Amino acid sequence: MPELRINGETHSVDVPVGRTLAETLRNDLGLTGTKIACAEGHCGACTVLLDGVPVYSCITLVHTVGEREVTTIEGLREHPLVAAFVRTDALQCGFCTPGQIVSASALVASNPDPSTDEIRHAMAGNLCRCGTDPKIEEAIATWQG
Amino acid sequence: MARLIRTEKEVEGRYEDVWLVVEEDALEQWPAGPGEIVGRPAQRVTGPLRARGEARYTADIRLPGMLQAAVLRSPHAYARVKKISLEPALAAPGVRAAIGPGEVEVLTDEPGFQGQAVAAVAADTYWQARAALELVEVDWGVREPLLDPDEAVRRGQLVGGPSRYERGDVDRALAEADVVVEAEYRTQTVLHNSMETHQSICEWQGDRLDVYISTQSIWGVRDEIAAALGLAPDKVRVVCEFMGGGFGSKNGANDHTFVAAELAKRTGRPVRCALTRREENLASGNRNATIQRLTAAAKSDGTLVALAGEFVNATGWSGWASSTDGPMQMLYDCENVRTTLYPAKINTPPMKAFRAPGFVEGTFGLECILDELAAKLELDPLEIRRLNYASSAADRPLSSKNLMECYRRAEPHWQRRDEVRARSEGPWQRGVGLASQVWYGGGGPPSYAWVRLGSDGHATVITALQDIGTGTATAMAQVAAEELSLPIDRVDVVLGDSARGPYAVTSAGSSTVPSMGPAVRSAAAEAARQVIEIAAQRYEQEERVLSLSDGQVVSSDGGSWPIEDVVGLLEDAQILGKGARGPNPAGMQVLTFGVQVAEVAVDVETGEIRVERVVAIHDVGRVINPLGASSQVEGGIIQGIGHTLSEDRLIDPQTGITLNQTLDAYKLPTIADVPEIVTELLDIPDEHLTNLGSKGLGEPPIVPTAAAIANAIRDATGADVRSLPISREEMLRALAEAREKEKREAPATV
Repeated sequence: MPELRINGETHSVDVPVGRTLAETLRNDLGLTGTKIACAEGHCGACTVLLDGVPVYSCITLVHTVGEREVTTIEGLREHPLVAAFVRTDALQCGFCTPGQIVSASALVASNPDPSTDEIRHAMAGNLCRCGTDPKIEEAIATWQG
Repeated sequence: MARLIRTEKEVEGRYEDVWLVVEEDALEQWPAGPGEIVGRPAQRVTGPLRARGEARYTADIRLPGMLQAAVLRSPHAYARVKKISLEPALAAPGVRAAIGPGEVEVLTDEPGFQGQAVAAVAADTYWQARAALELVEVDWGVREPLLDPDEAVRRGQLVGGPSRYERGDVDRALAEADVVVEAEYRTQTVLHNSMETHQSICEWQGDRLDVYISTQSIWGVRDEIAAALGLAPDKVRVVCEFMGGGFGSKNGANDHTFVAAELAKRTGRPVRCALTRREENLASGNRNATIQRLTAAAKSDGTLVALAGEFVNATGWSGWASSTDGPMQMLYDCENVRTTLYPAKINTPPMKAFRAPGFVEGTFGLECILDELAAKLELDPLEIRRLNYASSAADRPLSSKNLMECYRRAEPHWQRRDEVRARSEGPWQRGVGLASQVWYGGGGPPSYAWVRLGSDGHATVITALQDIGTGTATAMAQVAAEELSLPIDRVDVVLGDSARGPYAVTSAGSSTVPSMGPAVRSAAAEAARQVIEIAAQRYEQEERVLSLSDGQVVSSDGGSWPIEDVVGLLEDAQILGKGARGPNPAGMQVLTFGVQVAEVAVDVETGEIRVERVVAIHDVGRVINPLGASSQVEGGIIQGIGHTLSEDRLIDPQTGITLNQTLDAYKLPTIADVPEIVTELLDIPDEHLTNLGSKGLGEPPIVPTAAAIANAIRDATGADVRSLPISREEMLRALAEAREKEKREAPATV
């Protein structure tokens, strides 16, 4: 039975080998802020951090997480990026938004003042079908207020 | 007193007479320009819940004892189920029920497209249900699919009669014209790909059915299910609090909901049925491909004398004929117009509405051939549009039209042409193009709202409406706050539940704000009137000297009382204002208009195309929330860039199998593909349209984008691109054709 460190807390999860981290978060732990939109690693809606590195949790097997700290949107609710996304209207339907914010948090952690090209490079793995991309760019460029 | 009137209702150009109850007299429109709250940028009221991952979408709902369903879908484009055995699936671990063809109407033994539902299983977990599907034994009789829409038209295999339209005498006008251009345009099949796939959870409570569904139409789903299952409509409760995108694809209950309802009935448990991404891209609808054979004719001065089009919609196995012919009939002042529209029935997944269905496709053809005509006449593309401006619709007056003002506002962007072209360098050729937009968007009755005002001075807007991500809840809060003179943070919006609010419009046809906004305003006005009546009696004032301002009841003699003091007299009780959407202006047509100007760069060696700038100027009446409106415009343009340059649902021409079902293989635009986007909304209230003067904005911005880009490509390279998406292959083909044409037309030299 693996133990997972998620948002600073330790959880014991009794799940079969082969289950993905995204399913475990959503179905076993009730952390439904992480969304699944494609379930095969193409869209980024399920992005979480493992020791600060963004990964697609829908193609990460839960038994491979090991000691690494998992950070989900539930652990980033007080991050200034959340307010920046709301202020700049960087969400429409909002289904991809938690994944966008998780990805952006990794970017600004390593590069607090990213250029437009750096934002576009870091965020190109997070699709938004509503087309909020210009506002996402603005939110990240102005995340410090 | 309730007043019953007979009025016209319009949905995307189709009119019908309806009875309508109006509960109070119409309000005067607010003056043009920003008010205290309406017309000023507002943050999305649901923004924090969505951004923090707290919003509960249908995908996030987990009911106690809930089973998961999986659907067996036809692997063949056209087949017959000769024999099917569900027994092995029923014996599999965790399986609670299985249903096959005929056991619910949406399951068929004669699938007409790959992905049509045939059988379904409910199990304790989703993976058990999927594993059980593998055990279902099917003996398929595979049939030869018909995949060519032109061939379907030749055989008369259509989903509806061809629709024909003619005004004037096209043949005579063509014979007398100075210049005639003929061209064939093609548009591809485009997939909606809402981030939240189609899904429902059904739970029976005795003879009542609760349906949690990702939908654009709470009431449409209620009525569809009630009719299909023989239930009284209010025995079906439909809930959709947060919704992960629809773009037209989520107006119905769809197969998954009927599967969940039946499996829930058989098992006595709640059942969830959610499409995978791959199922989504087979079975949830698409923007159908089109073939458009167009003719445009003009006098040498540029006056249009004839427009003609034969439109073939590759509708799919079922669906309806979206109005590919609409822009040709509506956009220009042309006496002689003839269109024929054939909705071809072929063995491909059925179309569904997709953001301005038909008009996106038809505008591409029309606005491109107009530029081809302008090039032949050596006329400025903006000038030929002004020259042929239609000041009214063909058959009825317009409630308002400010397209000429849009053109005027486009001028400075259009005049960048020389400077943009001059930045061409090496293989990269640059140019500017424009295209006009016409679409519906007037909304209409019936739509109802309640405003509840509590003793804490907070108001709650209650209506059984869905917010599909467009910012509807925010716009409704703004309208109520403006009417009640309350700050917006003292207005809550409760929506998304057919059992907990009055009837509200479907979120389709750019109709939500123009339908619901007036109802919310009239409900708020009714609540405000009651506050004043109560204050007049309590403080011994005449009603006519009292008004609401800044959270207070104020008297013209200088007295003022906080609203919460007035409503506080009721203690725990509340004031309830009810509001209804009034009728649209009788005999008039309500349309939206706009123009977009695109700047592109084309690498003439590789065919790569980059869109560098798009300016969108639209006239949608009064703008409620300029911030949310700019997001809507950007979203429409980005989706437009997707279907212009990269998105293409590919079908194997032999078998009819969809080759790109994933978000990896089907190319959506990413943040790296997005150009500079400039949004300008005229913000001129439509004086004839209800108490708000607002039209819808969801669809207009996606309509002209493809044509503006294609026309910019012609400006940059001289090549006529006529097929979407403009892949590198299509771009190189058009460039080669342009070179051939230049050679042919060059004077002979010795």
